[in-house]
Amino acid sequence: MIEAEGICKQYGSIEAVKDVSFKVEKGEVVGLLGPNGAGKTTTMRILACFIPPTRGLATVGGLDVTRYSLQVRRKIGYSMERTSLYPEMRVTSFLRFAGELKGLGQSKLKQAVPEVIELCGLEKVGNRIINNLSKGYRQRLGLAQALIGQPEVLILDEPTVGLDPENVSEIRQLIKGLTGERTVILSSHILSEVSMICSKVIIMNSGRIVAVDTPAHLGMVLQDRLATDVQIEGPQETDIEELGKISGICRVNILERLSDNLFKYRLEFEKDTDIYPALNAMTFEKNWVLREIQPVKMTLEDIFLKVVSKKQEPNG
Amino acid sequence: MGFWPIFKREMKAFLVSPSTYLVLTIFLLLSGYFFYTDLIKFNWFNVLGKENLMTGLWQYYFNDLRFIMIFVLPLFTMRLFAEEKKLGTMELIKTYPVRDTEIIAGKYLACIAVFGVMLALTLTYVVLIGVIWNFLEIAPVMAGYLGIFLLGCALIACGLFVSSVTDNQVVAAIGTMGFFIFFWFLTWNEMIGSAELIAILKRVSLFDAVFDFFKGVINTRNIIFFLLVAFFFLFLTHRALGSRAVKGVK
Repeated sequence: MIEAEGICKQYGSIEAVKDVSFKVEKGEVVGLLGPNGAGKTTTMRILACFIPPTRGLATVGGLDVTRYSLQVRRKIGYSMERTSLYPEMRVTSFLRFAGELKGLGQSKLKQAVPEVIELCGLEKVGNRIINNLSKGYRQRLGLAQALIGQPEVLILDEPTVGLDPENVSEIRQLIKGLTGERTVILSSHILSEVSMICSKVIIMNSGRIVAVDTPAHLGMVLQDRLATDVQIEGPQETDIEELGKISGICRVNILERLSDNLFKYRLEFEKDTDIYPALNAMTFEKNWVLREIQPVKMTLEDIFLKVVSKKQEPNG
Repeated sequence: MGFWPIFKREMKAFLVSPSTYLVLTIFLLLSGYFFYTDLIKFNWFNVLGKENLMTGLWQYYFNDLRFIMIFVLPLFTMRLFAEEKKLGTMELIKTYPVRDTEIIAGKYLACIAVFGVMLALTLTYVVLIGVIWNFLEIAPVMAGYLGIFLLGCALIACGLFVSSVTDNQVVAAIGTMGFFIFFWFLTWNEMIGSAELIAILKRVSLFDAVFDFFKGVINTRNIIFFLLVAFFFLFLTHRALGSRAVKGVK
C-alpha cells in the first residue's frame, strides 16, 4: 500500500532523510520509531504529499506522491505532530470543512461528522471554539480530521505526544480499533507504545533506517536489561548490598532518600529473570515494607544512549 | 471541488475577525473625510455653477480612494497565507485533496468579496449626491467605481503573493505596501527617464491605468491590463506555494 524507494530529502545542506526504503502492506499498522530529528516527520510529510522527496520514489496505493498527488491525497488521512487547526473555528464546523475538502457531499457529511466526533470522544466539545480547547482535545480533533471520510491510509505523526496518560491509552485503543481495515503508519519515540499498537517497527536514526522488525523481537534485541524502581521502608543505607545479592540483579542504585528509613532504589536486572519472588522474600524476612514498585519503561532514547555508550566504551 | 469550502472558511475568518471591522471603519472614515473635503472644494469653485460633477468632484474623489487603498488593502491581504503558514494549517490544507489553484482562488475571491462590500458601502456618497442634486449621471461614476474595483483586484493579487512568501503578517503588510507605493510612484519623476520611457511606464502603471475609468471611459484594453496583472501575481503565488511537484524545493 505504501512504498518508499530510496527517498532522500535535503533542506539546504542538511540531509533530513537519507536513502530510506520500506514497504507497508495493506492492513498493516507500522510504527516509525526514532529519536527527535531522526527524519520521521519528513518521511511522513513526503508520504502525505506535503513536500516532495529530493530523490527517490514514494508511492501510496501504487501512485507516485509527486506525480499523482491529488489522487494520493484522496486516499490518505494525515494528522500532524503539531496539531495545527484554525483557532477561530468551532469543532463541528472545522470537521465539516475538512470533510468538504475531502469531497464528502452534504448527506455524507451529516453522517461522517458525528461519526468521527463519537469515535474520537469529542461529543462534549462539539460546539466549542478550537482556540479554547485543551491540548488533549486538539490532539483528538487532529485525529478526527484525519479519520473523516474513512481514508484507506492513515499517516499519524506522533498521535499521542503531549497527552496525559488517560488520553494516551484511549488514543492507542482508538488506533488499535482501526486495525485491519486501514493501513496505518504512525510515528513515535516510545518503544512500548509502538510495540502495543504496531505489527511492524521501522527504526530511524539521523535520517536512515536502522532496523525493520516486529516489536516483540526488537524489544528483546535492544533491551538486555530491565529496570524497576522500588520504594522500601526499613532498610539502612548499607543494605543496598543486600538487595544486590538477589539473583539476577546486576546493579542497585539509591535514587532518593525519601525519609530516614524510606529509600527509592533502582534495580537493574537481567531480562529473563524474575526478581520479584526473591525481593518479596527478602522484605518479609527483614521486616521491610515494600511501598511502591514501578517498572522503568525504556524509551528509545534510553536504548540509543545505551547502544551508543556501549560502542564507545572499548575505545574510551 | 475544494474552492467553495476554502472560500466559505475565508469569508467566515474575515467576518469573525475584529481587525476586519477596524480596517473597514478606518477605510470608511478616510474615504468619508476625503469625499467631504472634495465636496467642499467643489462647492468653493462652483460659485458660478459652471463646474462639472464628474471632473470637479468624482475624479478627485477616485484619486483619493486610490491613495487610501494603498494603506488599507495590505491589511486585508496580509493574513491570507502568512497566518496559515504561521499556524501550520498550510500543511493541513495542502495535504487535503484540493488543488493549489482552488486554495488560491478561494482566498483571492473571498478577499475580493470583502473589498467589494467595502467599496459598496462608499456608494452612500453617490446616493447622497444624487439626493442633494436631484440628478446624477450614474454611468460615468460607475465607470470610475469599476476602475477602482479592477485596480483593487490587481492590488489584492499582489498582496496575496507577498503574503504567500512569508509567515509574518507584519512583513506581508509592509512588503505589500512597498509594492503599492512603488507602483504609485512609478511615473512620478518625469525627469529621470526619456519621454519614451515614461510613456512605456505609464502604460504599465496600475495607478495611471485607472484614469480612463475616472473620466468615465471603459476601455477593454485597460480591463484586460488589470486582469493580466492580477493573473500574473496569482501565477507567482501558485509558484510560491506549489513546491509539491518540484523536486528539491523546500
